[in-house]
Amino acid sequence: MSDAVMHGHEHHDHHPTGWKRWLFTTNHKDIGTLYLTLALVMFFVGGAMAMVIRLELMHPGLQYVDPQFFNSMATLHALVMIFGVVMPGTVGFANWLIPMMIGAPDMALPRLNNWSFWILPFAFSLLLLTLFLPGGGPAGGWTLYPPLMLQTGAAMPFVIFAIHFMGASSIMGSINIIATIFNMRAPGMTFMRLPLFVWTWLITSFLLIATIPVLAGAVTMLLTDKYFGTSFFNAAGGGDPVLFQHVFWFFGHPEVYILILPSFGIVSQILPTFSRKPLFGYESMVYATASIAFLSFFVWAHHKFTVGMPLAGELFFMYATMSIAVPTGVKVFNWIATMWRGSLTFETPMLFAIAFVVLFTIGGFSGLMLGITPADFQYHDTYFVVAHFHYVLVTGAVFGMLGGVYYWLPKWTGHMYDETLGKWHFWLSAISVNVLFFPQHFLGLAGMPRRIPDYALQFAEWNFISSIGGFVFGLSQLLFLYIIVKCIRAGAKASDQVWDGAHGLEWTLPSPPPYHSFVSPPMVTDATAHS
Amino acid sequence: MNEAANRRLALKLAGIALGMFGFGYALVPFYELVCEYTGLGGRTGVISEADAAAEGVDPDRRVNVEFDTNVNGTLPWKFASVQRRISVHPGALTEVNFVAQNTSTRQIVGQAVPSVTPAKAAPYFNKTECFCFTQQTLAPGERREMPVRFVVGPDLPAGVSTVTLSYTFFEAPGPTVGIESAAAGEDSG
Repeated sequence: MSDAVMHGHEHHDHHPTGWKRWLFTTNHKDIGTLYLTLALVMFFVGGAMAMVIRLELMHPGLQYVDPQFFNSMATLHALVMIFGVVMPGTVGFANWLIPMMIGAPDMALPRLNNWSFWILPFAFSLLLLTLFLPGGGPAGGWTLYPPLMLQTGAAMPFVIFAIHFMGASSIMGSINIIATIFNMRAPGMTFMRLPLFVWTWLITSFLLIATIPVLAGAVTMLLTDKYFGTSFFNAAGGGDPVLFQHVFWFFGHPEVYILILPSFGIVSQILPTFSRKPLFGYESMVYATASIAFLSFFVWAHHKFTVGMPLAGELFFMYATMSIAVPTGVKVFNWIATMWRGSLTFETPMLFAIAFVVLFTIGGFSGLMLGITPADFQYHDTYFVVAHFHYVLVTGAVFGMLGGVYYWLPKWTGHMYDETLGKWHFWLSAISVNVLFFPQHFLGLAGMPRRIPDYALQFAEWNFISSIGGFVFGLSQLLFLYIIVKCIRAGAKASDQVWDGAHGLEWTLPSPPPYHSFVSPPMVTDATAHS
Repeated sequence: MNEAANRRLALKLAGIALGMFGFGYALVPFYELVCEYTGLGGRTGVISEADAAAEGVDPDRRVNVEFDTNVNGTLPWKFASVQRRISVHPGALTEVNFVAQNTSTRQIVGQAVPSVTPAKAAPYFNKTECFCFTQQTLAPGERREMPVRFVVGPDLPAGVSTVTLSYTFFEAPGPTVGIESAAAGEDSG
């Protein structure tokens, strides 16, 4: 009897079961899970490619793969990790968390949400299938520079359409996130009470809407140059290949903040919880994030100082680049100040967050070194650049996401993950990732170019050490997969609060939260708002 | 009510995205303008004989002009300048010669693309005649001597003592035989 009543009352909970549930779902939690699952799968696909790269580079000489395949591994590794792991992964966090954090029942545009996810599997099928086409996959580097990119074989249109699809997905996802944050906040959830993760995603969404279309334009120009006789980048027809670099990096530099800002947000949620203190300098964190996003539009040429530009241009882009260190420094200061004199405990999410602060800062500093124009002429296109962006992307963006998974997994699944294994995963990852990437600084400073399958003998030792670190790091991530699966299937029951220092609306919901949460909006006050 | 607001906002944001797609294309002419203004990319200018003659010759100053020639990729041509290096007075109209020869057994259309280094000299380097203004068609084995008439502006920045004019010959984009290349392009100088 009561069952029937419950059924009648909760008819919203009815949804198709089996594969149809996932294909037709408009529920933000389902779609968040789908995004995160895709990111996890792609993490291992892109990771396998990285293993091929490190295997070939372990010893000098050509051992295992031919140079063309090596180059397509380097190209696809980057495209998969950027567009297939970090971007969908952080969108997965956004889908799961933003409605729960702002007290909304769901995303603003649920059907659009379904669509923005489901074009991604098609995009990545297109991208990865190119490996089986005549001429192999794209091998001109993820930056797709012409004229090299124009020499791609049958893979070229597949890559470009894949990028169009990924871009369309990102833009739709961003529109949805902005509409959700603008229109769906619970009463009392003012902008300055938004959790910092929500703020970072709001700003990231605007970056995506402003820059992804520019990338779409640039790759469309490549497509028409190759197949429809235009000469945007073809010097013989009056075009200029350097133009592509300007258009690409106009997208490309904001893109690096698109990749890192959501992780800034995640870390800003984790650190206060395990420090048992409110986030230090909330307002300055919001302004710093917005400043970083704004400045990111005026620094693009620092990716190509060596291409030839007037001295005034080099100086402008150097100073503009350096100025980004100011708001970033504010953020790092605030994270440290949050921990200062806190009652710290070191559960796995906190370990990843602290490692993020330390290692991201190292990546930031090497970025500053690259931003010095005269120094960049030595560092450009060397392994120093590779070391730099892997510090900000792996120990930055990815560590932030790993910490976020451990932090919210008990909320999402209702089970605690295995803390001992989590700590093993952290320490194995944190040590091996430094063995993997730190020596690459030395290789770069000694002059080893990036994107080469073979190298001079003088680089052999550090490459060997780097490869060992790479294999350990890769294997450690299998432990991560095991921990997640184990946590989903069983584990100690998680309380609603999960972490005793956690603040925010998502922790007021049961663990796991009901399929539809905040059907009637909560009333938000200073006490229940962000920590 | 909320749904209508969501739809309105979504449409506005989609409009911004569409606008930014257009902005990406607008960067193309904008880049052209910046190049023209700054000499970025070493673009050279074109002036008429009359304008060139009207420029006052500076007899007290000499500028070295060096010539550099390249053939791109698989184009089976030989290409060289007759003079490697000359000394000119700014403002004086000067003629030099270049030689191209088709070493293959098929007719090929070539397009030369000029570039001037240093970039800050490019806006002052103007030509009244150049084989790069049009495409050049060479029959199998044909050899052609081609003049370039140029003037270095008298207001060339003081620090510049050597200007290098570089040409690269490309196979013209167009429905030519053999090589898979982009389809019909436009003539340009």
